[in-house]
Amino acid sequence: MAEGKILTINMGPHHPATHGVLRLVLELDGETIVKVTPHIGHLHRGIEKIAENMNYQQVIPLTDRFDYTAATLCNEGYCTAVEKLLGIEVPKRAQYIRVIMGELARIMGHHLWIGSHALDIGAMTVVFYTFRDREMIMNMTEEVSGYRLTPSYLRIGGIAQDITPQFIKDLRAFIKWFPTALEGYNTLLTDNIIWRKRTMGIGKISAKDAINYGLTGPSLRGSGVAYDIRKTMPYGCYKDFDFKVPVGDNGDVYDRYLVRMEEFTQSLNIIEQALENLPEGPVNVDNPLISNPDLGAVQEDISALIRRFKIQCQGPEVPSGEIYHSVEGSKGELGFYLVGDGSENPYRMKVRSPCFILVSALEKMMLGHMLADAISVIGSIDIVLGEIDR
Amino acid sequence: MTMDNAKVLEQLKGEFADAIVDDVDFRGDLTVVVSLEKLHDIMLYLHDDKALHYDLLSDVVGIDKMPREPRFEVAYVLHSMDDFRRLLVKVMVPIDVEVPTVTDIWNSANWSEREVYDLMGITFSDHPDMRRLLMWDDFDGHPLRKDFPLKGKDFDKKWDPSTIQVL
Repeated sequence: MAEGKILTINMGPHHPATHGVLRLVLELDGETIVKVTPHIGHLHRGIEKIAENMNYQQVIPLTDRFDYTAATLCNEGYCTAVEKLLGIEVPKRAQYIRVIMGELARIMGHHLWIGSHALDIGAMTVVFYTFRDREMIMNMTEEVSGYRLTPSYLRIGGIAQDITPQFIKDLRAFIKWFPTALEGYNTLLTDNIIWRKRTMGIGKISAKDAINYGLTGPSLRGSGVAYDIRKTMPYGCYKDFDFKVPVGDNGDVYDRYLVRMEEFTQSLNIIEQALENLPEGPVNVDNPLISNPDLGAVQEDISALIRRFKIQCQGPEVPSGEIYHSVEGSKGELGFYLVGDGSENPYRMKVRSPCFILVSALEKMMLGHMLADAISVIGSIDIVLGEIDR
Repeated sequence: MTMDNAKVLEQLKGEFADAIVDDVDFRGDLTVVVSLEKLHDIMLYLHDDKALHYDLLSDVVGIDKMPREPRFEVAYVLHSMDDFRRLLVKVMVPIDVEVPTVTDIWNSANWSEREVYDLMGITFSDHPDMRRLLMWDDFDGHPLRKDFPLKGKDFDKKWDPSTIQVL
């Protein structure tokens, strides 16, 4: 090719390494990337518009469809946001169960990330091991909620139902097993010379740039900024747990990889602490206008049955006001801007999606690298298109 | 020195006394309503000032309060990475009035503002790339406006296959 001639190629929306339906228009000088134009919106379902026409309780299953790799965290983000607007506090036991399920979801999201990230770069083995372990978490999720991928397990003011003895048994087995599995992933990748050559020094972004471009979550922490909402603005009962926030130094693909690998351990650590100190008590707030009566009461008491219908069909009445609340999703800061107008429907729900902002910063991370490195960069920021397009 | 909501508000009022229209402290988060003319100056000050230093723009939110005048609101969610504070800044925007962009201060505003333009129809002046983002380029209307029907504009019309244009 003649010197200086720019070649434009289209990557996606059906490219398997774009993790969904992301389309990138890449302009190449030889094999070097000189311009990146991401096109999104192929999976736009208008969830924010739909939510305006539903009551607060009915929105919960929609939130599963944001980040479907770690759906419980999206439920948690939404439910805690509504609870903040309502000004209520959830019982301690429900908070602990939320933490357990949320951290399991985070591990599940990271499983999919490391599996597909390694698969994109060419290390095929990892995905088989991560999906084996992901299956264990899916089975546990099914045990408590009835669903595997999109559990909708949380409710406004608590959770759907208490955890079962079988779940606790499975969880203990998982806690015992998972460090061994983690060692396996590490053996396959961390010191692997091919992996290191494909990831070190690629997609570098400095801490200052990362903040300016709005990166959050492991992608920001890879650049050395310890911004983890579980620590910096604790919600729920995250204050009760002792865990570290891993940070990187260089802000390249390898550092983002190391940060996420350490998060596996920290999440497991949190789950272990939560399970040891799991308090007894109710799992829903004691407020007949907000929480569902339990299923046993519905079978025996007509007023409980009526109340259950009323809460499911109308939802709680939320005071007027505007709040922004964010939780640490598996990809970064998952925020909900809620406007309540005193009725049973949210007047406006805006989702601050971490992946949306991460994709807008793709160009910054990719420029000057080879075409093959674009795949590493996309894998390292761990995007889910359901959350980007909403 | 840690800043709390009261201190932030005090400092802002000291600097821009006439531009702060309103302030609300609700559920622990401070919302400052500022005038549209001074928005860019205030945002630049919030970013550059050593004590305030809001260096992360998390989100830009467009809100449609339809019958009311001015009709729209744009809210900015700011975080400081020094001591992890949060501040919400809000402007009231009448219909067909442009809002100054903050992309020159925070790069993360680029796509957030494009999304607000796409779904809410609020234009940002001096934005480097004011195109639609989530909807397709020749889409008519702005779906998150309150007067846009839930099922789309043509929900009550019969579908006519002869209108399809093959590119």
